[in-house]
Amino acid sequence: MSKRDRALGWTLLLGLLAAVPVFIQSGRWIDFLELTLFVAVMGQGWNILGGYGGQYSFGHALFFGTGAYIQALLQFKLGWSPWVTLWFAIAGAVLVGCAVGYLSFRYGLRGSYFALITLAFAEAFHVLARSLISVTEGGRGVQLPLNQDPGQAVASFQFTFANPFLQSYGFYYTVLFLFVLACAATWLMERSRFGAQLVAVRENEEAAEALGINAFRIKMGSICLSAAITASAGVYYVQKFLFVDPGIAYGPGKSVEALFAPIIGGLGTVLGPLLGSAFIHIVGETSKEAIGHFVGDRPGLDLILFGIMLLLVLGYMPRGLVGLLETAWMRLRADKDGPNA
Amino acid sequence: MELLGIEIPVFSWQTVLGSAVSGVFLGAIYALVALGLTLIYGVLHIINFAHGSLLMLAMYMVYFLWQHLGMDPYLAMLVVAPGGFVFGYLLQRGVIGRISHGKDEIILLATLGISIVIENAALFLFSADEKSVQVPYDLDGIDLGVTYVVYPQIAALGGCLMITAALWLFMARTDTGRAIRAVAKERQGARLVGINVEHIFAISFGIGTACVAAAASLLAPTYAVHPQFGYLFVLIAFTVVVLGGMGSFTGALLGGLIIGVTEQLGRLYLGESLGLITISAIFILILLFRPTGLFGQRLSQ
Amino acid sequence: MLEVTGVSKSFGGLKAVAELSLQVERGRIVSLIGPNGAGKTTAFSLISGFLKPDQGRIRFEHRDIAGFRPHAICRLGLVRTFQVVQPFATLSVLDNITVGAHTRIRQRKPAAARAREVAELVGMGAMLDQPAGALTVAGRKRLELARALATQPKLLLLDEVMAGLNATEIADIVAVVRDIRDTGITILLIEHVMQAVMSLSDDTHVLSHGRIIAHGPPEAVARDPQVIEAYLGHGAAKRIARTRGADRA
Ligand SMILES: Nc1ncnc2c1ncn2[C@@H]1O[C@H](COP(=O)(O)OP(=O)(O)O)[C@@H](O)[C@H]1O
Ligand SMILES: [Mg+2]
Repeated sequence: MSKRDRALGWTLLLGLLAAVPVFIQSGRWIDFLELTLFVAVMGQGWNILGGYGGQYSFGHALFFGTGAYIQALLQFKLGWSPWVTLWFAIAGAVLVGCAVGYLSFRYGLRGSYFALITLAFAEAFHVLARSLISVTEGGRGVQLPLNQDPGQAVASFQFTFANPFLQSYGFYYTVLFLFVLACAATWLMERSRFGAQLVAVRENEEAAEALGINAFRIKMGSICLSAAITASAGVYYVQKFLFVDPGIAYGPGKSVEALFAPIIGGLGTVLGPLLGSAFIHIVGETSKEAIGHFVGDRPGLDLILFGIMLLLVLGYMPRGLVGLLETAWMRLRADKDGPNA
Repeated sequence: MELLGIEIPVFSWQTVLGSAVSGVFLGAIYALVALGLTLIYGVLHIINFAHGSLLMLAMYMVYFLWQHLGMDPYLAMLVVAPGGFVFGYLLQRGVIGRISHGKDEIILLATLGISIVIENAALFLFSADEKSVQVPYDLDGIDLGVTYVVYPQIAALGGCLMITAALWLFMARTDTGRAIRAVAKERQGARLVGINVEHIFAISFGIGTACVAAAASLLAPTYAVHPQFGYLFVLIAFTVVVLGGMGSFTGALLGGLIIGVTEQLGRLYLGESLGLITISAIFILILLFRPTGLFGQRLSQ
Repeated sequence: MLEVTGVSKSFGGLKAVAELSLQVERGRIVSLIGPNGAGKTTAFSLISGFLKPDQGRIRFEHRDIAGFRPHAICRLGLVRTFQVVQPFATLSVLDNITVGAHTRIRQRKPAAARAREVAELVGMGAMLDQPAGALTVAGRKRLELARALATQPKLLLLDEVMAGLNATEIADIVAVVRDIRDTGITILLIEHVMQAVMSLSDDTHVLSHGRIIAHGPPEAVARDPQVIEAYLGHGAAKRIARTRGADRA
């Protein structure tokens, strides 16, 4: 795909996403897109470390949850503005990322060991969030009180929007903005020296070291960036739902959600997380509609399908949906150019 | 006594000893679950993330055998262990082996995918409600003075020792066991001398699954099962395996006991909730500072 | 430029490198030869920081580098290649070389431009877009060389870059190595292909069982009875001398 095609594609995609609320007022569609983008943001966070860096984390909830808890607690306990707390939330998650990264990478943990240690840290934070009741409110979770005065807007307990259009679609644009930010960061990284070195470390750490790359530092950079992006999803979650508890924050659910999208969409690609997220949620929703007809509304079905998709992609589509798309595109191009050539 | 702002209570030695003894029985259960995992790791050198969900699945099987056929959970072992073997064999041969192309990181993700499928299939089919086997003897037991242990706990400890011994004998004395060890040691070499490596992999996976199914039947009288039941045990089982040295049966046994005792003492001193942090803490410390385990040999590079 | 003094390294009970001392002077091509298992690759790993010497000193441009990490040593201008090639398999040839170029060049475009130049120099100009995993053995060896070269080293350690190549490919690489030296880069190479060693190197060290057993210009070293014995076994030197004598008679 040429540079121009790519730029055109992205402009079109983002333009469409930005225009959706103007054309479609259906709450269901907006909710669906919001969820898709939210998971894509988390997935992009995971992708930086897992896709580009080859370090598979099974405990990305660690960063999501830390972002969410700091965001919620600073507002709840100290009454700070969400616009201030969000920087602390992201910085806190980055700090946790640094600590986990330092310990794992300093001691040379790779592959399965890295996956397990991230899981163990997430679980440790899960226990702490449940147990340190005086700090975290324990298993009850943190419920942010609803702000009654929309005029008071920004410096209050939630994002509120005086404008009625934004009142309805503010969170949609918030998550879209986060998504654009995450993709821009990933895109810039991909084209920077850091990105090239990160991929080199993923492909062969020894060779990378021989070529002058400080693999430890590169991996640290990658886990910090990854933590920051994933934490921003946590911040969004808290502002949207005004609630967080230990299970939501640090349970296995978010860790798993974060890795589905980039793997199914295409590891180590900017577009992968969005494609993956959109695909799994479309499949999840349609199957719920179709099968829900017969068996009623039962939980679990979507995750069964996600799991199966994950297995299929792992086995038969190593480059994910992006790979599929690229092949299709090339074939299209070849067909079009064929007669002329 | 206070430490870092947390009140640390002081207990009599009887209470502490009682906790430690019940920790031994808890540890036996952990060891039991970890035995299959350590076998799979030792041979396949892969981390089977689906181990916990296989335990959960076997627990459901035990439950249904009891509920519909009135089968005693211990007797159910005769059904679920062979069933587990077949299921594990097919899972490795038909799914994991097929999609992984021998790449470790894909195996890891594949077993994660399998565990998600199994867990949510259980949620979908059996709902999130807890199910528990009722046996007439589940509260009978022996008073050891410092603590009271019920017969199912004693059975779990005995079963754990027996399964460890059986596995050890199997590996040492049978041709299949020797083939497994050959594959574990030198994969390519084993292939060259005509061992069907894929078959041995699947056999090992099957035995590992049979072990966890046997564990399920020993756990059924004391634990209620629900779809997320396996997740609780995944981290514990990995901790046991890593602590004991990957691939070592006696290591798993000792590792299980250490974790069980530590957890019970952690609960006693830190409280029911925070006490659980001992498991993650042990796991992290061991991985960082002694990744070959307390009793494992140094892994070759 | 490089000064190795009394360096030893054991693996368990095996002394892979024992009291190794050698010097490489600026602008030369120096070779390190010896039978398989002699400890040559281990010596490279010690010099380039992948292994820590048990004892001894390694100085590069008058700086003690023993115990430095590999990436730091590379930054100083000493880079190695691997006998068992280690390509970044899913990346293209160009991207592989660009990773090397990035070590000195931060910006992406100039780094890629530099990578192209290096690719031309080693004769890979036509393969830039191929994935490294799809290259032939000869291609991979060249890539290994190109990547190292792209880091703009002062001293290049080449570990058997000609092993597994046919005669034409060897001739090509020999020319490339000479070109590299002519750009002012000093070279220390491990090689089994004696013809290449003879034609390239100014100076040869022979390693056997971890020890240097001979040192000098390649022609002299090749006649050294000790060296012949190391390669061909005990008594070989005498047998060869006798056949030579018979030939002359
Ligand atoms: N990482 C290692 N661990 C143990 N033994 C090693 C290791 N690397 C090399 N050896 C041993 O050291 C000796 C020298 O090996 P090497 O340096 O590769 O020789 P060469 O490159 O001259 O063929 C060999 O006997 C080899 O088996
Ligand atoms: Mg060698």
